[in-house]
Formats: sequence, C-alpha cells, structure tokens
Amino acid sequence: MAGKVIDLHAAAALVPHGATISFGGFTTQRHPMAFVYELIRLKKRDLYLFGHSPGGDWDILIGAGCVKRVELAYEADEAFNTVGPRWRQAVERGEIEWEDYSNFTMVARFTAGAMGIPFMPVRSLLGSDLLRKAALVPKQRKADSRTSPKKLHVMTSPFDPREKVVLVPAIHTDFAVLHVQKATTNGMVRIEGQTFADIQQALCADTVIVTAEELVDEDTLRREPERNPIPFFTVHHVCNVPYGAHPYAVYNYYDYDPVQLKEYHEGVRDDASFQDYLGKYVCGVKDHNEYLEAVGGEKRLSTLEASPAFGYSPNLKRRRL
Amino acid sequence: MGAPDYTLTELMAVVAAREIVDGEVVFAGTGLPMLGVMLAQRTHAPNGIVIFEAGTMASQLAHLPMSVGDPRVMRGAATAAGLLEVFTYVLQAGRVDVGFLSGAQVDRFGNINSTSIGSDYRRPSVRFSGSGGACDIACLANRTIIIAKHEKRRFPERVDYITSPGWLEGGDSRRRSGLGRGGPSVVVTTMGVMRFRPDTKAVYLASYHPGLTPRAVADATGFTLDIKDATETAPPTQQELRILREEVDPERIFLK
Repeated sequence: MAGKVIDLHAAAALVPHGATISFGGFTTQRHPMAFVYELIRLKKRDLYLFGHSPGGDWDILIGAGCVKRVELAYEADEAFNTVGPRWRQAVERGEIEWEDYSNFTMVARFTAGAMGIPFMPVRSLLGSDLLRKAALVPKQRKADSRTSPKKLHVMTSPFDPREKVVLVPAIHTDFAVLHVQKATTNGMVRIEGQTFADIQQALCADTVIVTAEELVDEDTLRREPERNPIPFFTVHHVCNVPYGAHPYAVYNYYDYDPVQLKEYHEGVRDDASFQDYLGKYVCGVKDHNEYLEAVGGEKRLSTLEASPAFGYSPNLKRRRL
Repeated sequence: MGAPDYTLTELMAVVAAREIVDGEVVFAGTGLPMLGVMLAQRTHAPNGIVIFEAGTMASQLAHLPMSVGDPRVMRGAATAAGLLEVFTYVLQAGRVDVGFLSGAQVDRFGNINSTSIGSDYRRPSVRFSGSGGACDIACLANRTIIIAKHEKRRFPERVDYITSPGWLEGGDSRRRSGLGRGGPSVVVTTMGVMRFRPDTKAVYLASYHPGLTPRAVADATGFTLDIKDATETAPPTQQELRILREEVDPERIFLK
C-alpha cells in the first residue's frame, strides 16, 4: 500500500509513554477502539487524554493503567451505563488526575487549538462550580507544561462592559486518533453522519492517525470535496481497520454491540473481573482479527450490520439480552 | 381506587411532553427527555424540533436512540454536523427554547449536581459522569425542564457541586452571575411536579402524582417544601399511553 498507510500495530507504536492524545467519536459511536486495544497491548503508560464525551475508549484505557491525567466533560456510555465504571473507580481511589469542563467548553478549546489562537470566549459555565472550582491544583498544573496554568479566565468584553465571557484555553495534543468510514491512502477522510468534534480534534494535533472502515479511491472523495472537511495534508497515517470501532457503532456500517457492552458494563465492576475482560478480549488476543473472533466473529458481527435504509440495524435486540 | 394502568416512567414522560409547546426547538438528552419529545411531536407539538448535542438537528426518529451520538438520531435529520455547530450557532446564539436536564442532586433553586458526591470535590466519595453538555444547556437554553428521582438525599438543601446552574441563590442571583437568560421552569420527579416562585425562584409543589399526598412529597424532600398550592397531577390519557407504548418505545428501551 502506498502513501500514508501503515498497519495498526505500527501506528499505535508511534505513541510514546506520556503522550497527549484525543480520540474521535462520541459516547457510543466511532471511537478508534482497535487502536485503543493496541495501546493497551503495548502497555503504554502515563497517557494524558483530552476529550469531550468519551466512552469505553477511555474507560478501558484508564482501567488498564495506561492513563495519568485527563481533561474532560463526560465519561460514560449513556443508556448502556451512566458512568464509566473504571473511570469512577479511578477517581474514587485517587488513581487519576482530572479536570472537569463541559462539552461546549472542551469543544471550544479544541477549536481554539485548531484555529491557532490561545483561547476561546464562551458564555457558558457562569454560575456553576465548573467555573469556581478546579480539580487540578496549581502544583499539578505547574508540574506539566501541557496543562494550562489556569483552568479558565472570566472577563468583561472590551467592546461592551455589560457583556461577561469566559475564556477557555486552547488544546494542542501530540496525537489525534480518529475512526472514520472512508479514507484514502494519501489521508483524505470521509466522515458520514455526525462529525462530533473530530475535525477540531484532528486540527489541533501534531500527528493525526486515521483508522478507517475502508480505503477508497481518491477520485471517489474528490467528487464531493465539500464532504471532506479535514485537509488531507494534515493527516499523517492511515490504517485500514474494518470493525475498528466495535463494540461502538459506525453510521452506515454497523451498530453498537449491546451484548458486548452489557458484558463490559456488568462484568468490570471489580478489579478481578476487569482483568478477566482484558485477558479475554485485549491482552489475551494477538491483534484486532483475533479480537473480532473472540467477540463472536462473523456470527455476532452480522447481527450488527447496518441496513442501507437506516444506517444502523433497525431490528437489533437492545434490551432483555 | 384500583392500581393505575400506567407506570411512573410513563406518567413522567407524559408530564414532560406536556411542557413542550408546539414549534419549539428542544435540546434533548438520552432517556426520558427522548420519550417526552417524541410523545409531544405525536400529540400537541407536531412542529417541535429536536436537537441532539452530538450534531443533529430536527431528526425524525424511527427508533429510540440509546445515546445522543447514536446512529438512530440521523434518521430523517434536517442537518447533521458536530458539537461545535450545535453549541455555538444554535445553543449559545439563543436558538434553543427548552433543554432537558437531570442529575444526582437538585436543590430548592433548581441547581443540579451530576459531577460527584462529597464535601471535598477533589476527593469525592462517589463520582458520576460529569457535565457533558448539561452545564451548557443550563446556562444557555431559554428555559430548562429538570427530570429527577424524588428521594430525600437527592433533594438536599444545597447540592455538593453545581454542575448545572439553576436559579443559584434565588432572586436575581442568576442574572447577576452573568447569565443573560434561561433558568429552570419545572422539575418533574417520580413524586410530583415542582415549579418556581417568580420572585424568590424557590421551588414549590405544583402537583403530586396520583396515589400520593402533598405531605408525602414534602417528607421525601431534603428541604422545606412549599406545598400549599399543590393539586393532583393529571394522569396520562389512553391516547398518550397508546402512543408511548406502540409508537415511541415499542422496544421498551426506556419505558418500564
């Protein structure tokens, strides 16, 4: 394969211990899970994550001991579980450093980074404890130059003294890793459905890695350039990873996997059962193909197949499994 | 009086739906808000527009989503974009009429905690998901509807952490904080419906659900609840129940 294509293992191996990373997707869709599992197999440590509403991508990395510090708005799988079990445990045990923002302010921060400006003014947070309280103390902020010295700053508009805004600091990460529907070997990206904050996250990262359900011809994507919002020259590496977001959904390709999500959320509440899960699906399998076999192979995956009319699996059994 | 022919979840979904006015732009989260908005669209508010923060506008849902980032919210959507477009051009710009909020704790001024429990925020005894878009909706929607489970510990005098600002300390304190609009209009709970006094911005019990008494609701509240104006919540109609069960949630994703 030509151009920017590398295999998943080689891509994950590019991430050093302690790197700052953001992953694309939103709670139950388009997280680069195959890449995340590979980071766990490679025993990456001290990762520093930035996100708005991650889900099981962060939760399993946190549980596997790969993460030191996070800045986030939300960590859960919504109706599958209203809090990420390993995230919750890590905070309650004092095993992780974190800072709370909201979805809007995290996205504003990614956007500022992507635009090359130091901060973004927003009208949110006023009156809340997100504004008044910081989880990271000054000493922790000072210890890592990648953390903003201040969580935020409240100011009056220089143009109108009646207007109060909150400035939130730009984010720059070493890596952004996205999982998308289609990509080309030279780094063109096609996201179908909601884009979440993938575009802003990519554009504030030094190195962008894209894992894609399929590699397609450049001509195909050039026919509708208005649907390719990420400049291809900002994407560094492309991996072809079918089912790369499993157990989460990819619009037009496959649905989330309620059986797998149930096994995760019901099974990982204590340390021993979490280690069992990791052994069975991540560390005990060699690669993504073995993972797909471990979760049930073709038989399971075919139940998730998206109907062309809906972009998801309309008859998927989601409750009383 | 025999046992009612509806469940508490059904009653709450119906009460929430009735809060939506036809033609409004509604910012909905996962669960009960989705039931409420879908029911409203199929009854009195056919021109209601639903916005999901992960990036879709005016979906025509065919199946209940299990998250706001679910591929199901793409069904019939008029616009699909990302969080930035929804939060800036729609929510911050003042184009959301009503947003739904919920959390682990709600106080008498409608401030909500969905972050953590404990007196020291840095060392919480229980940690939750965190704000997500809740703080943004609380700050920037033109009004909000709060959904909550009614238990004494969930309705304390003060919440441990204000994730989503309501009327803050009451009176005009919300406006003084710099928030130019919005604020909660109603709290729909498992026991009743609470609204806010126009001057003090403190909640009062507007209605108690059938089978309960105002006193029972007050006893399950961690602060002194004003119950003098309470009447009984109007039960769901047969038509509302049929639509909820047969059209909105035939898979029983959220209905119990």
